[in-house]
Amino acid sequence: MRFSVENIEVNFPAPAGDLLPALGPISFEVADDQFVCLLGPSGCGKSTLIRVLAGLLPPSAGAAYCDGELIQHPLAGAAIMFQDTNLMPWRTVLDNIALPLEIAGMSRPERYRAVRKLLPQLNLENFELAYPAELSGGMAQRVSLGRVIVQQPRVWLLDEPFAALDALTREALSLELLRLRARSLQTIILVTHDINEAVLLADRVIVMSRRPGRLVADIPIDLPRPRLAEMIYQHEFLQLAKQIRGCIEDQRA
Amino acid sequence: MQTTGKAKEFRAGRKRQLFLRRLSPLLTILLLLLLWQAVADRQIIPRILVPPPADVYAAFTTALADGVLAKHTMTTLGEMMYGLLFGVGVGLVLGYAIAKAPLLEYVLSPIIVAFQSTPIVAYAPLLIIWFGTGPSSKVVTTAVIVFFPALVNAIVGIRSVSPPLRDLMRSLNAGPWRTFRLLELPAALPVILAGLKTSATLAVIGAVVGEFVGSGSGLGVLVIMARSQYNTPLVVVTVLTMTVIALSLYGLVALVEWRLLDWQRRAAS
Repeated sequence: MRFSVENIEVNFPAPAGDLLPALGPISFEVADDQFVCLLGPSGCGKSTLIRVLAGLLPPSAGAAYCDGELIQHPLAGAAIMFQDTNLMPWRTVLDNIALPLEIAGMSRPERYRAVRKLLPQLNLENFELAYPAELSGGMAQRVSLGRVIVQQPRVWLLDEPFAALDALTREALSLELLRLRARSLQTIILVTHDINEAVLLADRVIVMSRRPGRLVADIPIDLPRPRLAEMIYQHEFLQLAKQIRGCIEDQRA
Repeated sequence: MQTTGKAKEFRAGRKRQLFLRRLSPLLTILLLLLLWQAVADRQIIPRILVPPPADVYAAFTTALADGVLAKHTMTTLGEMMYGLLFGVGVGLVLGYAIAKAPLLEYVLSPIIVAFQSTPIVAYAPLLIIWFGTGPSSKVVTTAVIVFFPALVNAIVGIRSVSPPLRDLMRSLNAGPWRTFRLLELPAALPVILAGLKTSATLAVIGAVVGEFVGSGSGLGVLVIMARSQYNTPLVVVTVLTMTVIALSLYGLVALVEWRLLDWQRRAAS
C-alpha cells in the first residue's frame, strides 16, 4: 500500500478555548513496500500522524490518501502496534493474539490454529495460556507484535512499539521485526525517537521538527539487507546516524 | 518443574496461614455465642430482653416445623429477587447509557441523587400507597435501593475502559456489539461486580423496610408480629434469617466474581 500525505495539520482544543497546533503542515509520500521511520522529539506529533494514517483521527486540515483513496475510516489491511503493549489483561496470550481474527468472525478452532502456528516465531510457545500481567515487557511486546502479524496486514503502523523496553531487548525485537517481515513485503511506518533504531530498520527516515511537527529532512537509508546488529559500528551506518543527528540539532539552534 | 524442599516448606507455611485466615471469622462467631450463653446463664440481663441460645434454637425449630419461617422467608426472597432483577437491570442499562452520553447524566442526576439521598424509610409509605400492600410494593422498594450501586458502578466501569484499547477495537473495525462484548463488558466487569455485592446486601434492607411499612407477609412482618407477642426468641430467629440471606447473596456474587475474574487473581500472585 502506498500513502500520500498532503499538507496535513492537526490542532487540539486547548484548555483556554483556543486551538493548540499539534502537527504540521506536513507532506510526504510512502511507496509500496517501503519501510519508513518517522523520527522526532517527543511531543512532535508523530503518534498523532500515525493515528491520522490509521484513519482513527481526522486531520484538521489537509488530507491523507492510501492507494489514492482518501482515508476517512480505519483502514482495512492496516494493523497498528500501540505505544504501550495495549493488551487486554483479561485475555490470555492466545486470545490476545487471536482478537483480530475473532472480530473478523473466524471460529475458535480456526483462529487458535492460526495463532499457534505463529507462536514459535514469537518465542511464545510455552506461554499461550499466560495472562499479560504474568509476562515480561519484551514478551508482552511480542504478543502485541503477534496481534499485528496474525492480521496479515499490508501496512504496519507502529507507534514507538519498543520505547518502554531496555536497549538490548529493543534491539533484539527490532531485528526480529525485520525477520518476521521478510517473508512477504509490506509497507511499514514506524514512529521512533531513537536514531539508531531508525537507521537500522528503515529504507527511509523522515525527520520531524518539534511541535507542531513538520518535515525537517527526508533521508534515504541505502544500507544492504538483511540488516544485522553489527552494522551499527560500520562507517556508513555511523555517517547516516550523524547526518540525522545533525538535522535534529540544526532545528534546536 | 522440580520443587525444592525449601519451596515446599514455604508453600506449606502459606497454606497454614491461609487456613487460619479462613478459620478466624468462625472463631469470632463461636466466641460471641459463648459470651451470649454466659450472659444468659448469669441472668445479667432478663430473659425477655436477651433470651438464651437454647430458647432461640427452640423458637427456630418451632418456626421451622410449623412452616411459619419458610413461608415468610419465601415471600421476602421472592421480593428481593424481583427487586434485584429490576433494580440492577435498569441500573446497569441506564449506567451504560449515561457512560456513553454524558448529557444524560446532567438531565438525570438531580432525580437520581434525590432518590438516593432521601431516606427510603421516609418515602416507603408512598410506595405502599401507590403499589399496594402486596409483594409488588416491596419489589419496588428493593429495586430503588439496589439501583444506585448498580448504576454508579456501571458508569465508572464503562468510563474506565482504556482509550488505546478503544482505538484498537476501532482499528479492527469492531462494531458496537463486538466492542461491548469483547472490550467494554470484560473491562467493566470487576467494578460492576463490586457494585453487585453492595446491591446484594442492600436488597434485604429494601424488602424488609417495605414490609415494615405495610405488608401481610415476609420476614419484616414476622419481626413485628413476634415483637407484639413478646416472643423475643422468634424476633432473634427472624433477624438472624435475614443476616443469613444477606450473607448468602453476598457470597453468591463473590463466588461469581471468583469464577469470572480468574485473570485478576493470577495477575496479583
